[in-house]
Amino acid sequence: MAAEAKAPIRRVSSQRTLAELLRVIFLPLGQLFVFTVGSAAVLGVIVVVLAFLLSRSDPKIFETAVAILPQVIIDGIVRGFLFATIALGYTMVYGVLEFINFAHGEIFMVGGFVGAGVAYLLNQWGVMSTMPALLFVIIAVLLGMTVSGLLAMGTERIAYRPLRNAPRLVPLISAIGMSLVLQDAVRMIATNTPLGFNARFETPDFGKAFQLASIPLGARSIPVLIGPKAVIFIVAALLMLLALNYLVNATRLGKAIRAVAQDRATASLMGINVNQIISLTFLIGGALGGAAGVLFGMNIGTVNPYMGFIPGIKAFTAAVLGGIGNITGAMVGGIVLGFLEAFVASYLSLFTGGAFSGASYADIAAFSILILILIFRPEGLLGEATTQKV
Amino acid sequence: MKRASSLIILAALLLSLLSACGGTAAKPTDSPKPTVPVATAKPAATEAVATEAAEVTQTGATEGPEGTAVITGTAVMTGTAVMTGTAATTGTEAPEGTAVMTGTAVMTGTAATTGTEAPEGTAATTGTEAPEGTAATTGTEAPEAAKAVKIPAFLATLTSKVSGLKLGTIKIASQTPLSGDQSALGIGIRNGTELAIAQMNIALKGTGVTFELAPFDDQAKPEVGSANAKNIVSDADILCVVGHLNSGVALAALPDYSNAKLVMISPANTSPKITESGYTNAFRVVGRDDVQGPIGARFASETLKATSVYILHDKTDYGQGVAEFFRKEAEKLGIKVLGFEGTQEKSDFSSILTPIQAANPDLIYFGGLYPQAGPLLRQARDRGITAKFLGPDGLDSPELAKLAGDALAGTYYTSVAAPVSQFPDAAQYASDYKAKYNGTAPPFSPQAFDSASFCGAAILQAAVNAKGKPTREQVVTALKGLPALAGITASYKFNAKGDPDPGTYYILAANTDPAQWDNNKLASRIEIAPPK
Repeated sequence: MAAEAKAPIRRVSSQRTLAELLRVIFLPLGQLFVFTVGSAAVLGVIVVVLAFLLSRSDPKIFETAVAILPQVIIDGIVRGFLFATIALGYTMVYGVLEFINFAHGEIFMVGGFVGAGVAYLLNQWGVMSTMPALLFVIIAVLLGMTVSGLLAMGTERIAYRPLRNAPRLVPLISAIGMSLVLQDAVRMIATNTPLGFNARFETPDFGKAFQLASIPLGARSIPVLIGPKAVIFIVAALLMLLALNYLVNATRLGKAIRAVAQDRATASLMGINVNQIISLTFLIGGALGGAAGVLFGMNIGTVNPYMGFIPGIKAFTAAVLGGIGNITGAMVGGIVLGFLEAFVASYLSLFTGGAFSGASYADIAAFSILILILIFRPEGLLGEATTQKV
Repeated sequence: MKRASSLIILAALLLSLLSACGGTAAKPTDSPKPTVPVATAKPAATEAVATEAAEVTQTGATEGPEGTAVITGTAVMTGTAVMTGTAATTGTEAPEGTAVMTGTAVMTGTAATTGTEAPEGTAATTGTEAPEGTAATTGTEAPEAAKAVKIPAFLATLTSKVSGLKLGTIKIASQTPLSGDQSALGIGIRNGTELAIAQMNIALKGTGVTFELAPFDDQAKPEVGSANAKNIVSDADILCVVGHLNSGVALAALPDYSNAKLVMISPANTSPKITESGYTNAFRVVGRDDVQGPIGARFASETLKATSVYILHDKTDYGQGVAEFFRKEAEKLGIKVLGFEGTQEKSDFSSILTPIQAANPDLIYFGGLYPQAGPLLRQARDRGITAKFLGPDGLDSPELAKLAGDALAGTYYTSVAAPVSQFPDAAQYASDYKAKYNGTAPPFSPQAFDSASFCGAAILQAAVNAKGKPTREQVVTALKGLPALAGITASYKFNAKGDPDPGTYYILAANTDPAQWDNNKLASRIEIAPPK
């Protein structure tokens, strides 16, 4: 009997061949790789050409521009993966509810604080220095995911579900309010604990940054570095993408999520508990945001209650750029935005002879390019390529 | 401007400077723990005057512009500045200015030699009208060190002259937050004022004039400060105000003080607006925010010997402002500015650090606050950027040490205020404060002590000039006309705007341990004339 009960399930998944399954899961990785390499190459070529043109007035520009190019690309990738991991949560929720969860940046921030709190406690207990770095990462990330996921689910239950049938702007306002509430609630908690407003994120010693190359510049040489924490960040982000793709495309839960995304009423007629699925969507999106928060906090070493706001806005932008509702698109959008910012911040000042501060105007330049992309591709970079939502 | 007796520097400070200089100056060896005898001279002087017990002391005090006060100040070479100020009065009707020297370990490498020339700053007044009869200097090595008269000594020259005037009780108001989360500093200012008044009253015993403190609580709120100001100006006995803690509150109260032509001396307000808004009655004893940039540049050039700098700022009024002033002065001093970037980024600085890594500056200047500076610094060090790091007093918080940890090595910040322990002449004050209020003197309370002392000096001088109880306007005039006086924090006189001339600024080396933040070492102390 038991075997018979399981049989249909096996049949459902066997409707797809293994090859198809692998394609669905790993295709996004390929797309991501293509876009990463592609945008790095395009921006790199633009920089080299510009530097070459400008080097007629000052030959040092070309030398410097080329020397820092590899490091700028790495900076861009790390920054891009930050936006990408946060964007996953936005795109999940949007895909299902067509609703922009502006509190997602705060969910991310809470993850960072949970990580900092775990680190603080481990440090107090004196086990931090002896424990393997990877074990620490896993503990912190799992706890961050749990708390953030439950918190996201809670906000949905409190602030969004009662408004689900209200006009679309109403839950949006509710989300903005939720975002402010979470910021200040965390501020209140943090300032009343030893963590403080600007909490230090202690970590075990991850060792020195990996030096990928060393590029001569004049009498010196500039190292091309990538920190071990940044590597962990990127690997974790890729795992998150794979896991999410598997979940959405190859499980019954994923099928239910897709069904709810397509048509809530019909899905409920088919016996799907819509409220439960939406709760689960928030749980998954929140958990991803929490993981991103922990990894980000670990990477930069400090967290504060307002750190989620700006990355949240940018991640939302990344999600729109990639084609909102599309998981791979969110990743791609994040990577492209990260590259744009890193390139502008690093090169604008050099190319304008210091007239424009790159870091000051990185947002202007990056967002202008974004607007241009969206004018020509309003559906986002991947919006058309994969029509399916979530 | 190496003037004023305050240039005495504790050996510890000297040492830290020398080490910061990279040992270019003569190396003091085996320095014993510095002693701080200088400050002991102050009460000695006060009491000597007050109790007529002060007979001539051993070193034959003679009349005349020099020598009434005897100084045995010697800066001993090993880095211990040993000085004993003995106040001597001739014990005649007119207790004469007893002055007290102040030694002179000047902050340069040459300090090591001043000890051989016993600094002879002698401030002696013969009790004539002119308060300027004061400084007779014979010291060659550090002639300016003797110019400023200690405030108690100056007051002593006035006491005999006010005794016949029947001035009665004169009030000095203080207005600072006495409640709320800034009350620790506000109460410190009130206490510093009270202590100064108490010590002045001891000196004024028998002269028919007593000072009285009228404390007000501005709650750190502009509207409360303004309302209190109306009460203050309506009390005709109040001739001087010590306050405020917050520049915003001071600016709200100043119109009222100004209408009444009432002197306000601020112990803590660093906003340029205090003295730039055209109020003739506004004074301060601390430096100004807008001078921190140039001070930083001078420190970078003179002490850090930086030849190139990369400037970052946080795009705020404060941060960008100070960074632009820094750039201007740095270019003037021949430091090459490799970049000038603003960012609101709070966490991930990688794309800002990459160009810095390529530019390889000697120094990174950051105009901004510690929450941004902490992660920036850590990420810079993680990248292997070894440049020194300098910033304005926005970095002055133990939080910075918490955020940046070990990455803080090689970080300096400029400040208008230094911990009480860093004022060489304030040791006596610190112990008096502890004895009376049972706690360590908080920042700005020594400045409040000086503010109140200046109040007293100006009021008495005005009374002498007016031959009776002065009007508030006369106090303003008298304060402007005071010579350079040595308080416990520094020596200066006020310029036409009300800024201290010279203003004293401090450059401190950040400690990597948050708990030790209050013990940050003084890396340099720069005196500079206020902006014209």
